[in-house]
Amino acid sequence: MSIILDDVYKAFGPHEVLRGFSLEVRDGETLVVLGESGSGKSVALKHMVGLFSADRGEVWVDGRKLRDLPTEELYELRRGIGYVFQFAALFDSMTLEQNVGMGLRRIGGLSEQEIAKRVEECLAVVDLDGLGARYPAELSGGQRKRTGIARAIAARPKYLLYDEPTTGLDPVTKAVIDQLILRMKKELGVTGVVITHDVDSACLVGDRIAMLYRGRRRFLGTPDELKATVDPVVKGFIEGRPELMEETE
Amino acid sequence: MTERLLAPFTAIGRAALSLASGIGRWGVFAGDTVRSLRHVDVWGRLLLEQMSRIGADSVPIALFISTFTGVVLALQASYTFTGAIPMYFVGVLVGKTMMLELGPVLTGLALSGRVGANIAAELGTMRVTEQVDALETMAYPPLAYLVAPRVLAGIIMFPIVTVLAVGIGVVSGWLTSLQLLDMSTAEFLRGLTLFFRPFDVVFTVIKATSFGLIVTSIGCYFGFHTRGGAAGVGQSTTRAVVASSMVILVLDAFWAVVLL
Repeated sequence: MSIILDDVYKAFGPHEVLRGFSLEVRDGETLVVLGESGSGKSVALKHMVGLFSADRGEVWVDGRKLRDLPTEELYELRRGIGYVFQFAALFDSMTLEQNVGMGLRRIGGLSEQEIAKRVEECLAVVDLDGLGARYPAELSGGQRKRTGIARAIAARPKYLLYDEPTTGLDPVTKAVIDQLILRMKKELGVTGVVITHDVDSACLVGDRIAMLYRGRRRFLGTPDELKATVDPVVKGFIEGRPELMEETE
Repeated sequence: MTERLLAPFTAIGRAALSLASGIGRWGVFAGDTVRSLRHVDVWGRLLLEQMSRIGADSVPIALFISTFTGVVLALQASYTFTGAIPMYFVGVLVGKTMMLELGPVLTGLALSGRVGANIAAELGTMRVTEQVDALETMAYPPLAYLVAPRVLAGIIMFPIVTVLAVGIGVVSGWLTSLQLLDMSTAEFLRGLTLFFRPFDVVFTVIKATSFGLIVTSIGCYFGFHTRGGAAGVGQSTTRAVVASSMVILVLDAFWAVVLL
């Protein structure tokens, strides 16, 4: 059981973003979706958690078709999915502890002491222990992203979806986040989907890599297969040579 | 040539369609919010905080406005009545006008700026920074978490703030009559009670409750549907204040026609 996008179409007004995008995320792997900025990667990711509904095609999570799920069951399903937002999307008016504990309070069944302990553990996992009383405005960009990851793992999800986790970060912080993604898989055993346009990060953290191009899947394979590809569009993207991509248009 | 002649009608037609679709979308939003009330566990613990932010924090501005309104009403009544009508009618005018019209309407308009703008800006910022999406991914129904407690707090607190404002407006009118118009307390009270009916209080509360519903729900509606970045938040805030102010004035006339 895992996440499947089956021939998904999505348009916003006249702008077609996804035009028959298909993808299967296998249990336990980290799948990276590469693509140019504005290619619809984030839109595809939001379909996996039901934030967007496909115009055509279906999205399946653990064998359940999202389109057919009643709201309550969709919320139940989301409890098993952690989502790391591109700009962290932390609640400004709350401290880090409150942000990280937010999902746990919704799940219920945990005492305040247990929540506090779990929050502390999650902040420690992302090396932010001791900063729980701070507000998001008091953090650097990298710390905010790490808090976003701590919040996403707090409910011990089966899946972790990362939306551009290293965009806008300096090389050192980027490396820290990449290592964190690898640790999440190794230590927590989560199935991950990472959206990025950073080829180096993709090859480091991904077991498999897909490339989204003009609303469809252009490539799917291992990092080694990506590097060896002869597809001019994929090659042009990973080598930063737009002329190769243009020749095929 | 024909197009030019028809242009004003086309513009009016488009504006009417836009207004009708806007009201329709707000209606759907309001219906969804009512359905979200079943998540008492989500909005219940946020209600008190919102009552404090929407109600208690609005008391100073409401009292400031009503104090000066009471002073002006007493002075203008005296200016109008002197030599023609007994002065105790100053009490009639201050009491009736504060209670039936200026208390609820001025408080509603002031709070549409303070509360409506605040809600639209806060929710709009949350929308464009994906905080609303974050709530959804953590299985919080956004309407139950963000909208229901604000609208309920508005419905509960607007009448309370308005009644306080009316009370302070009457007191300031009374003090003005004593200090500046050489009236006695007995004279002022005679006027105040002369045409008073308990229904006046009910009328005030009904108006203030409807204004609370409108200001908070319109603020939530525009904030929740914000698109774009800072400019989008600014637009939503402006639209929320303008729309709720206009609806308050329309409702003001509506209640006068229906209830008086």
